[in-house]
This record gives sequence, structure tokens and C-alpha cells, in this order.
Amino acid sequence: MAVAIDILSWALLLSGGFFVVVGGIGVLRLPDLYTRMHAAGVTDTGGAALILIGLMLQAGFTLITVKLLLILLFLWFTSPTASYALANSALFDGVKPLLQKRGADDEDEG
Amino acid sequence: MFVAAVFAILITMALAIARAVAGPTVYDRILAVNMFGTKTVLLIAVGGFAVGRPDFLDLALVYALINFVGVLAVLKFVRYRDLGSAGPAREPGAVD
Amino acid sequence: MVYAISLWIALYATWLLLSGFYTPFLMGLGAVSCAVVVFIARRMDVIDHEAVPIQLGWRILTYWPWLIVEIFKANIDVTRRVLSPSLPISPTMIKVKTAQRSDLAKVIYANSITLTPGTVSVDVHEDEITVHAISAEGAADIAEGTMNRKAAAVEGA
Repeated sequence: MAVAIDILSWALLLSGGFFVVVGGIGVLRLPDLYTRMHAAGVTDTGGAALILIGLMLQAGFTLITVKLLLILLFLWFTSPTASYALANSALFDGVKPLLQKRGADDEDEG
Repeated sequence: MFVAAVFAILITMALAIARAVAGPTVYDRILAVNMFGTKTVLLIAVGGFAVGRPDFLDLALVYALINFVGVLAVLKFVRYRDLGSAGPAREPGAVD
Repeated sequence: MVYAISLWIALYATWLLLSGFYTPFLMGLGAVSCAVVVFIARRMDVIDHEAVPIQLGWRILTYWPWLIVEIFKANIDVTRRVLSPSLPISPTMIKVKTAQRSDLAKVIYANSITLTPGTVSVDVHEDEITVHAISAEGAADIAEGTMNRKAAAVEGA
């Protein structure tokens, strides 16, 4: 039983790490600010959740699990608010999103 | 296995720094710094487990909150050039 | 008053879980500090149905599991797009009308949109949300409005 939980938690940690790296690659690879925010969202939601759940399985039913749950809750409450503030400020500052038609024409730009 | 997760997080932090250096707009840099901050929270949590001291989680918790407040403060400064301003209720006509 | 008491209970539960000390003296100090915080919050006039949303009750608990499943589906979709060599993105900007009446439910909806990778709410004004989506399919999902209806159901009929 303990081995099964260990394996599950390792799988969660590894897949969480995978999502985190994917977000990092996306932030470098995507063409403009707004699309990069989607990649950052992958690390903030999927990556963080999988890694923290993996750690929760390692900790078992203790106060540590509660703290991990609180961290996850704070991250999931605050990250969309910060993203909204960022996107909204950028839009008001006149950062134009790269939309479909232009993006298809000159992909190498940006 | 913790080491693998720590490496993944470190790689992403490096990528975020690359984006913060590359820019091009100030918002890209803030996005990268925000991402760096959330990765710091994960790094502290996983690192605490890796060295067998899960009490580091309190630091991660505080970091999560400070990172959020910090990003909002920087955004407010960039937008209004004044941390004390209440800001206009809404800037008209900016979104079409 | 019921909001103030709920806030105190929530604060004290968090304090107990984070402190980990269970001697009567320290627990008493925690109770007093939480009471002081509630008192200050009352004087600041920030305790209301938005700060302490107990009226959402169990409905939010049925909304979260659905949202978490959506978030993981969206994560996999964005991961596929980021990793495929041709970078198959089609950034789209759309406006949706919110089905919610209260500001709180609109915030829940806008934050749910942002929390789902692949869609970010860029601007909320009155009853209209501007959404930036990484793909035309993601934008179509938002326009179709399942999440809109679910978020409206959270505030109750």
C-alpha cells in the first residue's frame, strides 16, 4: 500500500514537473504577451496542483497536508486575479493582441 | 524523485528569467517575474521535502501571498505611476 | 452579524491549523487575536456578503470539482499546442455577456475563465467580459456558455 502511494506521488510529481517545464517553454516560444499568459497559466494551475498533490501524498494525513492545501488554495485564488490585472493593464496601455489573421501571415514576428 | 521535480522547477525559473530579460514589453517582464515567484513557492515546498524539513512550508505560504501583493503593487505603479493613487474608476474608450 | 461570526470561525480554524500549538493559553491568545481582527474589519466596514460569501454555501462545492476537471482538460490542450512543432494557435478575442447578476458571481466566472489555461479574461465591464483565447476552439467553448451557466447557478436562482 505504501509503495503504491509512493509510486502515485512520484508520478504526480513528475507530471507536475512536466507541466511546469511546458509552461516555461511556452512562455519563451509563444509570439505575444496574451498567448504567453496562457502558458504561464499552465504552470500556475496544472503544474502547481500536481506537484502539491504529489507532496500531499508523501505527507499523509498531517498538518503538513493542510498547509499544502492552503498553498494550493492561495495560488488558485491569487493567480487569476494577478493575470487579470496584468492583462487589463496591458490592454489599457495599448498592447495590442496578436490576433488570428496577422498571426498566420507573419509567424516569425515578435 | 524530489530532485527531478526540483530540476524541472529550476529549468522553468531559468526560462522565465530568459523571458524577463528578453521582454519586449514591461508586461512580459512582469509576467515572467510573477511566474518566477510561483515557481519559488513550489521550489521551497519541494525543497523542504527533499531535505526532510517540511516546516519550510510556512515560508512557501508567505511567499505565495507576498508574490501576489508584489505583482499587484508593481502593476499599479506601472499603470498609475503612483502607489498611493486610488486610480480613476474606469478609463473610457480604451477597449474597442 | 452572522458574517462576522463566520469570519471569526474561518480565521480561527486557519489559525489553529497553521499554528499547531494546542495549549489552552495559546489557543486563547489565538481566539482573542481573531476577535480583534474581526473587530477591526467591522470598523473598516469590509465585512459583507462579498468578503464572507457564506450565502454561496454548498453550491460552490459542487462547482469546484467540475471546474478542476475543466482546468485539467484545458491544461492538456494547451500543452499539446505549445509542444507541437507547428505551434497550432489561433489567438481570438471575443466578448461574452455574463449570465450572473451579482458582482461576486461575475468575479467567480471571470476568474474561472482565467484559471482555465487557454482562456484569459482581459476586461470586465458591467455585464460584458472580454476574453482572449489561445485558439478559436477555446473561444467557441466560452461563447457556447456552459461555464457561464454553471457560474450563474452558483449564486442561486
